[in-house]
Amino acid sequence: MAEVASHSYPHRHLLGIEGLAPSEIFTLLDLSESYVEQSRRDDKKVAVLKGRTVINVFFETSTRTRTSFELAGKRLGADVINISPDISAIKKGETLLDTALTLNAMRPDLLVVRHPQSGAVHLLAEKVGGAVINAGDGWHEHPTQALLDALTIRRRLGGLSGLTVAICGDIMHSRVARSNIHLFNTVGTRVRVVAPPTLLPAEMDRFGVEVFHEMQAGLDGVDIVMMLRLQTERMQGSFVPSVREYFRFFGLDARKLAAARPDALVMHPGPMNRGVEIDSDVADDIHRSLIQEQVEMGVAVRMACLDLLTRKLQSNHAETA
Amino acid sequence: MTKRTTLVNARLLDPASRLDMPGGILIEDGRITAIGPSVTAGGVQVDAAVIDCGGACAAPGLVDMRVQLGEPGGEHKETIDSGSLAAAAGGVTAVVALPNTSPIIDDVHVVEFIARRAREVRRVKVFAYGALTRGLKGEQLTEIGTLKNAGALAFTDGLRAVSSARVMRRALSYAQTFDALIVQHPEEPELARDGVMTEGEIATRLGLPGIPAAAEAMMIDRDLRLVALTGGRYHAAHVTTAEGVALIRRAKREGWHVTCDTAPHYFALNETSIGEYRTFGKVSPPLRTEADRRAVVDALADGTIDAVASDHDPQDQESKRLPFGDAEPGIVGLESLLPLCLELYHNGHMPLLDVLEKLTSAPADLLGLPLGRLAPGRAGDVVVFDPDSPTRILVDAFRSKSKNSPFDRRPVQGRVLRTIVDGRTVFEAG
Repeated sequence: MAEVASHSYPHRHLLGIEGLAPSEIFTLLDLSESYVEQSRRDDKKVAVLKGRTVINVFFETSTRTRTSFELAGKRLGADVINISPDISAIKKGETLLDTALTLNAMRPDLLVVRHPQSGAVHLLAEKVGGAVINAGDGWHEHPTQALLDALTIRRRLGGLSGLTVAICGDIMHSRVARSNIHLFNTVGTRVRVVAPPTLLPAEMDRFGVEVFHEMQAGLDGVDIVMMLRLQTERMQGSFVPSVREYFRFFGLDARKLAAARPDALVMHPGPMNRGVEIDSDVADDIHRSLIQEQVEMGVAVRMACLDLLTRKLQSNHAETA
Repeated sequence: MTKRTTLVNARLLDPASRLDMPGGILIEDGRITAIGPSVTAGGVQVDAAVIDCGGACAAPGLVDMRVQLGEPGGEHKETIDSGSLAAAAGGVTAVVALPNTSPIIDDVHVVEFIARRAREVRRVKVFAYGALTRGLKGEQLTEIGTLKNAGALAFTDGLRAVSSARVMRRALSYAQTFDALIVQHPEEPELARDGVMTEGEIATRLGLPGIPAAAEAMMIDRDLRLVALTGGRYHAAHVTTAEGVALIRRAKREGWHVTCDTAPHYFALNETSIGEYRTFGKVSPPLRTEADRRAVVDALADGTIDAVASDHDPQDQESKRLPFGDAEPGIVGLESLLPLCLELYHNGHMPLLDVLEKLTSAPADLLGLPLGRLAPGRAGDVVVFDPDSPTRILVDAFRSKSKNSPFDRRPVQGRVLRTIVDGRTVFEAG
């Protein structure tokens, strides 16, 4: 396992990418690398988090991210509990902070939290004793997704700086897009966003990105095409007129991908809407698509985050002792 | 026997008459009977209670034209009793409550209930708006004439805009029969729907749905056209944007009968006060950009904005300790109203008398209240304050039941020393 000094990530929580220094991001990515190798062995378990309790609190349904965090925790030897909205007291009207205080009383070491409201994870983190990982809050941030995307790119292309990434689709409602924009800006990757104006938030040009409304121009010469999921409720006339029209103009197919570099790679945070934002031919092209690799890297990145934040807990204990 | 109170040794400030001179005030049986240096010239009558102001300012008691007092229906957040205490501590001698109570003030009985509760509490003067439409639904007009006779001062749907142009046109037309003022929450509701802060870079960064500044301008623009069509009396509540004040400035120049107000948070704060999801910075309309804030200050100084109201909106912890999107909007404002307005004077934007006018005679005149003046024959409502002493806003010391203020620990200048209603002292600084 990689040796990492705890001062190289000086935060108690991982609430977002915004504000992280390049060195902190690289610390997390380097540690993730070691967990990629470990996850490919027959014996995938280590005892790094033995005796530790990780609670996954998902106020919004998720299979992929929750499973990824659960596996990550278990591979590190932690006791992992999942709490999802249908079994939580939220439905009975308990407030987020009451839930936080109740969970906190059970003395978890790490809380992995997803919530449909932007900022909800910050609010919860202020009230608990352990470390908190933001597993996605509203439209705001999804830091482990950005880290796993960066790890995937770095492993395939050997680095991050100097590359150009086009993030395409529903930028407005996407925490994945925001976290990725912050991360790429921090490590020197050039970012373009490509979307119809209805799916772009206000003043996007202030975020150090180039804005395009047309796929051909937006993908011209890029190294990576990152597609975003378009939620069903936004497809039928509210943000775009129809699925058919969206796919025609903004869905990624072989013809549009041809504008990018010949060896350009395709990414998607999943779950995909085939025939909406991405064509199956592109999604399943083993030479171009990194989509399965992203899922694998997800587990390794989450192991690294759990590991690093736990080390911080230890050093905090040591300081107070 | 005549009850007499004499204030002596004061700096008298009356915005309506532009009076600024040393002197005293004689209040007999609740009414001012004399003001000026001559009040004490022949000595004070032996039976008069004498209040030595020690050189502090004495101005008309503040008239706060928009507050929410929680009663009836929201007594866990504020009551007429606690709200009156807060008002008195803020130098406010008259408040006008929005109709968004439960039950809603769309019926004479609720107007009478509030008047009765205010009489029982007997601290500051409590008036009420009538709902403009039944149930604040924006569809059917309330009984404007009957409600006005029962004491409703003006008509509004409170924090909801009257969305339908047809309903607004009829309201502006019909209300003329009774010379009733129509007060609008100027925000195009469809454009603002789901929004929780002003649209722009910060909302994008925080991942929060935005309300564009244009939502305000669109509604004001539409309403101004309806004013032109009907000749009705129109007032835009809490204007917040450069475009919004520009529209009203132009309409005033053209001689239309339109007025507007704003609240201290729109000239004392901007959108950055939200920081990392601070729900105390969530208000409706939302805090705007720095350019908008400056435009509001300019509009106060040039007279485009007629009045300042506290927008007192008490919210308990359960309504604010939530994710930003789920939290209720609102700032508790009665006890910080005067010091925040005095910033306009201390920062050199406006003379002291002009600042006070926005808080006294201007709102009183808008609502047809014979208040807000230091003159013989007027009500003995006076605020005695020190405009200069440096202090901090301390929310824990607020008398209001709710403490939702983004101004906690803000350094300010100015302190209310005494509040007098009809000659009775209802607040005295400790």
